[in-house]
Amino acid sequence: MITKKDVIELITKKIPSSQVFVENLKGNDHLQVTVIASEFNGLSLVKQHQLVYSALKEELASETIHALALKTETPN
Amino acid sequence: MVFMKGTKLMPQCGFSNNVVQILNSLGVEFGAFDVLSDFTIREGIKEYSDWPTIPQVYLKGEFLGGSDILIEMYNSGSLKEKIEIELAS
Repeated sequence: MITKKDVIELITKKIPSSQVFVENLKGNDHLQVTVIASEFNGLSLVKQHQLVYSALKEELASETIHALALKTETPN
Repeated sequence: MVFMKGTKLMPQCGFSNNVVQILNSLGVEFGAFDVLSDFTIREGIKEYSDWPTIPQVYLKGEFLGGSDILIEMYNSGSLKEKIEIELAS
């Protein structure tokens, strides 16, 4: 089982300047995550998402997180 | 080309269905592979693109993204533009 706090910690460890918002879509393994980070500047959408996914690699592989709706933004 | 769960006519997952609906609404011809029918490809494609989820959308061999990115690109109009450019080239 993974908590919102765990998800936020995992992402901020990988993307230090990020602001992370996590919502449970269904149960606690279907998550809606929004990440705002300056590290995304100049990165394509795919690269931005890959950065976030790399922070959650084990959780996604083990299906602790079954589905992840992801939104990434750069701070304006 | 779309690697998805299920088939174009019978998507087995909401995210895969999103992608099929988007491409259908753009009137784009696309191939689809049901990763549920082949575990090796289901896992291998994730390694290939360094992308941990299904569906995965490729345009002329280039990895575009999954459901979220397709939706964002569709809403911004950049998906239609990119497809038209690729098909024209």
